Amino acid sequence: MEKKTCLYDRHVALGALMSPFGGFIMPIQYTNITDEHNAVRQHCGVFDVSHMGEVRVTGPDAERYVQHIFTNDVAGALIGQIYYGMMCYPDGGTVDDLLVYKMGENDFFLVINAANIDKDVAWMNEQKAGFDIVLDHQSDYYGQLAVQGPEAEAVVEEVLGLPCAELTFYTVKTIGDVIISRTGYTGEDGFEIYGFHEFIQECWDKLIESGRCKPCGLGCRDTLRFEVGLPLYGDELSADISPVMAGLSIFVKLDKAEFIGKEALAAQKANGVPQKLVGIELADKAIPRHGYAVLKDGEVVGEVTTGYHCLSVDKSVCMALVKTEYAKLGTELEVQIRKKTFPGVVVKKKFYDKHYKK
Amino acid sequence: MANFEAGLYYSESHEYVRVEGEFGYIGISDYAQHALGNVVYVDMPEVDDEVTAGEEFGAVESVKAASDLIAPVSGTVVEVNEALEDEPELLNKDAFANWIIKVQLSDLSELDALMDVEAYKAHCEA
Repeated sequence: MEKKTCLYDRHVALGALMSPFGGFIMPIQYTNITDEHNAVRQHCGVFDVSHMGEVRVTGPDAERYVQHIFTNDVAGALIGQIYYGMMCYPDGGTVDDLLVYKMGENDFFLVINAANIDKDVAWMNEQKAGFDIVLDHQSDYYGQLAVQGPEAEAVVEEVLGLPCAELTFYTVKTIGDVIISRTGYTGEDGFEIYGFHEFIQECWDKLIESGRCKPCGLGCRDTLRFEVGLPLYGDELSADISPVMAGLSIFVKLDKAEFIGKEALAAQKANGVPQKLVGIELADKAIPRHGYAVLKDGEVVGEVTTGYHCLSVDKSVCMALVKTEYAKLGTELEVQIRKKTFPGVVVKKKFYDKHYKK
Repeated sequence: MANFEAGLYYSESHEYVRVEGEFGYIGISDYAQHALGNVVYVDMPEVDDEVTAGEEFGAVESVKAASDLIAPVSGTVVEVNEALEDEPELLNKDAFANWIIKVQLSDLSELDALMDVEAYKAHCEA
């Protein structure tokens, strides 16, 4: 039985197409994916992302603990800074990718993927021996909205009355119980707002009634994040796909004294990995989808992780995990789509430029 | 609301056949294009390919997913609707005017297994 977010009734009332995702019944689209995608690229869209999980880590050893489970480095972080990174297994495989918000000294707010909440919370609990911390799993208390697009700042300030202009990219502040950060998963400027259910419901109603912000479903959330090369756990990252394989080494700080997976990831960096995540652009309009085979001269050398006919650049493109010898930019490969194979070429796995306000 | 066009034969998987003499024009119903959302690609067979009733002959893709096209009748492809290569969205504009393939029917008795518009409407509402 899927869980419902605090906005479920509103999605149904808006006529959304609802579908299970990550243990929740979520809106996939309200009108259509293309219009919602373009609203975020050109104006402003609001997503219900209340399915995301939240864990608060506090206590005298909170920073040391976060450093232990997290691949990025929060040492010396200012209060209000946010870091993206992963939790990894000792073999370098990925437990989850997450955001870590520094809310105070030895006070961190961790945002994790919906589908991984139970696994992550269990993992975090297993790692806390020897650390004087409190792990508070808060997913049930928080609703979350993502307001995304070039007009997001004006909409959040004017429609919601939440001052946010002074927030720089990847920073956070609190307004009473409300947590607001300049973050997102679309490649556009935007904000993520965490609050108790009643507050999130009020915000949603104001945003929809204002007419300045289009309700957007998870369908376009995926096309938007894909186009700018952002990974989705389960597609581009998994227990079998390490951050090094996924090309996310920049978020793995091997100069940190210690963290789970460090030795394995350091070895992967030093010795290379058997497979790497690449972008592939097809000459044809046929669409590569998750799980389709990638071939070289008829032999399977990889698999598509996510693919679309990219809405912002009108090309069929995918991300794929391929044998490292075929991962070089410009390599000619083929993708098997149903009965036919289609030629493609390895390109950077960013098909559209991000437009962050730094 | 979806349109339902009379005079066509419909399959449970939402393809239609418009029969003209020994030829059948195969496409997807208006109900199907509604359910799919924006069509962004149509994967079609080639002229002279054989299609077999109940078997896949191509796919219609929305942004999110690919849906197989299942042949409602058997025959030889004599024409494909090339306009769909550049404008797949024509299926959203008018699914009945924009057939996908034209086949030379090999067995007219296969039509007996398909639904008329009333039966198809009931199938969609069920």
